[in-house]
Amino acid sequence: MHEYSITESILSLALEKANEAKAGKITRINLVVGELSGVVADCVQFYFDHISKDTAADGADLSFETKPTSVRCHKCYNVFTPKDGDWSCPECHEIGIDIISGRECYMESIEVE
Amino acid sequence: MAIKVIKVGEDILGANEEKARTNKQQLDKNRVFTINIMSSPGAGKTSVILSTINRLKDKVKIAVIEGDVASSVDAEKVSKLGIPVVQINTAGGCHLDANMVESAFKNLPLDETDLLFIENVGNLICPNAFSLGEDRRIMISSLPEGDDKPHKYPAMFADTDVILLNKTDLQPYLDFSFDDFKKTVTNLNSDVTIFPVSCKTGEGMEAWFSWLEGEVESKKGQAA
Repeated sequence: MHEYSITESILSLALEKANEAKAGKITRINLVVGELSGVVADCVQFYFDHISKDTAADGADLSFETKPTSVRCHKCYNVFTPKDGDWSCPECHEIGIDIISGRECYMESIEVE
Repeated sequence: MAIKVIKVGEDILGANEEKARTNKQQLDKNRVFTINIMSSPGAGKTSVILSTINRLKDKVKIAVIEGDVASSVDAEKVSKLGIPVVQINTAGGCHLDANMVESAFKNLPLDETDLLFIENVGNLICPNAFSLGEDRRIMISSLPEGDDKPHKYPAMFADTDVILLNKTDLQPYLDFSFDDFKKTVTNLNSDVTIFPVSCKTGEGMEAWFSWLEGEVESKKGQAA
């Protein structure tokens, strides 16, 4: 979903950070992407290879750390990852949760020469 | 050559969240109760807005921001009721974002508005990721779409505050199970309020109107 505009944001943020550090070539960009974020890594890589040409990020590897959806039960505070569309608590079997992770889409770090 | 690691720790979608925050500040300053209405195309967003305007406009000062890929069909319907409205055309974009909504503010009398409807682009996926500065997210889900939609679009159903379950007048012609729908939704979102309604016949709409009036009153009473 919106991988092109997300990729543009990734590229411009990486270039900005490399510039601030007066660094040279960016060799790797480390990203954290949650299961619920809707971001598809292959699409991002595809667009990135295209738009990073002739920039300091040309040829950089994109690394995607996937965070699974993690929710907390309202009743017993058990933290779990829903499976097969079942969001009820595997401990107390109650329904009602808060989503605590899985929506992320952030840049952890970049590696530069 | 030595490799250096530079910590970044920044949200890629952060720019929209920041703009949504400043939008909310502006709306809060004017005590405008703001609703982001989302649904699939044809579920009844515009119908709900028009019914609500007709019912409440003598008591509540309403304004509308319409979001569509193209055309001003919806904005024209609202305008005919004498309500201030801005049409945003996204020219292919599949959701409204906070920047677009901010650009509409200058054409609306926010200082004289109690209730702002933002009708998002018809889409059950993308609008969910883009806060606009709203107080509440309202989904319109409709009976012909089926009772299993929460399974298929969990993020949207998990994040909404209210669901208007529309087209209850079609129940005799459909295999829709309200109990199954409610169970699936509350599994994802135990705090959600569900209003079963029919915009066409008016069934169930009074409960929605009362809820909304209460929220607008609360907002007016809040410190800016």
